[in-house]
Amino acid sequence: MRSQMVGKIVGRVGALALTSMVAVAATVQMTGAGATFPAPIYTKWFNMYQSIGNTQFNYQPIGSGGGIKGVTEGTVDFGASDAILTQAQMDAFKAKNEGHNLLTFPTVLGAVVPSYNLPGVTAELNFTGPVLADIFLAKIRKWNDPAIAKLNPGVKLPDMDIFVAHRAEGSGTTFCFTDYLSKVSPEWAKGPGRNASVSWPECPSCVGAKGNDGVAGLLKQNAGALGYVELVYAVKNHLAYGKVKNQAGEFIKADLKTVSAAAGSMKETAADSQISITDAPGKGVYPISTFTWLLVPDKFKDAEKGAAMKAFVKWAVTKGQEEVESLDYARLPASVAKQVAKRADLIDKK
Amino acid sequence: MMMEISATRRFVNGFMLTLSGLCTVLVVSVLFFILGYLLIHGAASLNWDFFTKLPKPSGETGGGMANAIVGSGKVLFLASLIGVPIGFLTGVFLAEYSGKTFAFLIRYVVDLLNGVPSIVIGIVAYALVVKPMRHYSALAGGVALGIMMIPIAVRTTEEFLRAVPNSLREGAMALGATKATTIFTVVIPAAISGLASGMMLNLARVAGETAPLIFTALGNQFWSAGWMAPIATLPVMIYNYAISPEEDLHQQAWAAGFVLLSLVLIINVTARLIISRGPAAQRR
Amino acid sequence: MATTTPSYIAETLKRRTSRGFLARLRGGDEISYLITLICTVSILLIVGLIVFELWSNSHQTFKTFGFSFLKSSAWDPNADKYGALPFIYGTCVTAFLGMIIAVPLGVAAAIFLAEMAPPKLSNFLTFLIELLAAVPSVIYGLIGIFILVPFLKTYVVPPLQHAFGFLPIFAGSFYGLSLFSAGIVLSVMVAPFIISVSREVLMAVPVEQREAALALGATKWETTWDIVLPNASTGIFGSIFLALARALGETMAVTMVVGNAPKISASLLSPGYSIAAVIANEFAEASGDLYISSLIFMALVLFGLTIVINAVARIFIMTTQQRGA
Repeated sequence: MRSQMVGKIVGRVGALALTSMVAVAATVQMTGAGATFPAPIYTKWFNMYQSIGNTQFNYQPIGSGGGIKGVTEGTVDFGASDAILTQAQMDAFKAKNEGHNLLTFPTVLGAVVPSYNLPGVTAELNFTGPVLADIFLAKIRKWNDPAIAKLNPGVKLPDMDIFVAHRAEGSGTTFCFTDYLSKVSPEWAKGPGRNASVSWPECPSCVGAKGNDGVAGLLKQNAGALGYVELVYAVKNHLAYGKVKNQAGEFIKADLKTVSAAAGSMKETAADSQISITDAPGKGVYPISTFTWLLVPDKFKDAEKGAAMKAFVKWAVTKGQEEVESLDYARLPASVAKQVAKRADLIDKK
Repeated sequence: MMMEISATRRFVNGFMLTLSGLCTVLVVSVLFFILGYLLIHGAASLNWDFFTKLPKPSGETGGGMANAIVGSGKVLFLASLIGVPIGFLTGVFLAEYSGKTFAFLIRYVVDLLNGVPSIVIGIVAYALVVKPMRHYSALAGGVALGIMMIPIAVRTTEEFLRAVPNSLREGAMALGATKATTIFTVVIPAAISGLASGMMLNLARVAGETAPLIFTALGNQFWSAGWMAPIATLPVMIYNYAISPEEDLHQQAWAAGFVLLSLVLIINVTARLIISRGPAAQRR
Repeated sequence: MATTTPSYIAETLKRRTSRGFLARLRGGDEISYLITLICTVSILLIVGLIVFELWSNSHQTFKTFGFSFLKSSAWDPNADKYGALPFIYGTCVTAFLGMIIAVPLGVAAAIFLAEMAPPKLSNFLTFLIELLAAVPSVIYGLIGIFILVPFLKTYVVPPLQHAFGFLPIFAGSFYGLSLFSAGIVLSVMVAPFIISVSREVLMAVPVEQREAALALGATKWETTWDIVLPNASTGIFGSIFLALARALGETMAVTMVVGNAPKISASLLSPGYSIAAVIANEFAEASGDLYISSLIFMALVLFGLTIVINAVARIFIMTTQQRGA
């Protein structure tokens, strides 16, 4: 009986293995790389889309920086990034790709939260932008620093050093976080500034980790740690995360409503350029929210791939949006989604 | 006249020798500890899912590393195709044909290649294969690992061929065989067990290499078709899962570590047994 | 027929030269020689290619910063400012720490295996220790993250800091991922190399030397320490340098436990970075020629370092072999 089962399994795996040796693939195969920020929803989408669109999207979350480089050098078919591309990066793409353009398509909205591991503190901590900036500038070193205590009256903060976790590689999450810090802290803007990869200020207990995963892992294993991660990583790892004060003066916790509010406060619904929605004005707005974008070349050498990409982008902003909320991402505003679906026609336009 | 060994000297003697014994015990116990821990943690997480399923999307449990196991196999196969012939034939050249100074130069260069850190080979393979081809691939991974296989292949081949006594060669030549025929029909078969086990050890060594694969094979959540697509491999999966915070992925990392280590150790033990019982040892 | 008459020799020569080449070709000698030569030359080409790639791709950094790149601690991809010092520091400190632990341990174990243990036990234990050398680096990293780091955090560092906390190398808080952890993992990884080579070198010391010392009344330990060890010292140094070269180039295990912080700190307990680790983390996304070329320049530095150390090791080991022969 058991040997039959073993034989069956070996046979099935062997057959699969043999078919994988053959170069001819029945489905279109695409490779993409980039941000870890949207990796949970992207991997879920790509898993679902296999059967829907007959295309296999292999997505590797190596960080926004890696996605930008990969799509620029053409080593991957598409990239993903939550960092806003600079003109220099757009030009670099053009230079290396025969003058073609790199299109950006927002797919979901997410939040970057200040997550921490403080055993014994059950209340949700309040933070403000300037305080977060000071923590990451290594000016606030301990949890019971007066600046933090002032924001959290009645909470007994331990006399512990803050173990700061940040990203080791180029990251869109870092971009969003530092973008926000630059807006609320002049010292931060002058110092590390906003970028996917910044020069973190000297501090005795700051550690770099790889990916949102890596930071979440660090937070989980170290009491007294504080780091910035995408909301879904804090939620699925049962990490505590704090509220952040927005422009209207409210302490807001990141969730679907507050993140959507951040997008809703945009003056123009821009779907053809990347805009930052951090520190957005308005009530009920979570201040560290961001779009995340798919980076797609506007010309594919392989027409099949171009068509597959176009079909996926359209699906993602329509049917795909129904899946995002279960993973704590916010849907695109309706107007943005419509614009994206239309702009998708620019991919591999004949 | 018997010299009395002073008590101090006797004490120092006993103490230092015990200390050195303890050091040995410490080192050996580290091995047992690693094996033991992997056994407990890793074997416990092994199940049919691990061997047959593909990785699940973020957040979902279950899923396995079937594609990574096959992927490692494919990449190692390519690596052997590249590394073994070049290394082996160079070893033949060094042992049978080369003059002294040229041999010295080649050995020095091969040593150089052996000393290249694996991450450097990874970035060179990226520059030479991935960038021009404009995609990550199993081929690039195979090239990187193949280059790493060359130095040891050269050294083992030369060593085992040299160990074949000259009388065999002279006997063949006396019977009228050409040099090439001698080498390929007499010398190499005489050394075959050593050569085979040397190649097995070589393979076991590169089976665990992670760094070169990060920039060449990348990774894949699905089955990778053919040789020109990114491919998942066991060591890279272990690395990715180990640094993630999900418990489920940690379990899978342990299981994968157990599988990888078992394979490496089994190959090592087999190869060494072949060498120690082979004709080379018997001739000694 | 006499084989030394001039006519016989002349005829033989004529036969050999005109049909000799064809005969050799048929026998496969030329082809076999050619094919093996091609493979050999291809290795030269591969190594040349590697050096060329590293050299040409690091040219830009060298042009921009010159040698001050190696002395600068600035690492700011944003501002396009790069300096290799924190990585060189981390690489050297972790390797050095690894060696400090592994060398005494390794040589002591080698002494035990070569001098003390009965041959069967010695061979068996050496077999096991050589298996340790075969364990892949990523598995050491796995054990490092999940077992070593928590172990250090709970059982090793608190007493260490209690006793030696006044020393700058043990100052500051310990969060597990640090130069210290990386150093310990490296020591476990390189110890088998030291043990295996040192043991062989020790066993190669002629037994007459030992017998002479024992006959003069020395204890076993004194024989080992005063006679055998000095004799084998060049070989042991060779093994140490080999292990050092391995420790410097080690990537995965270090990346997983070192903390990835590009800074220089006197304390071993603080997070750090190494050349191999920064390349592993940042190469995939380094865009911008200066960024890439800085990483590759560091790779070149690491490569150069390992070449030099390997060469020194080879010289040591060759000297021992010549002496023993």
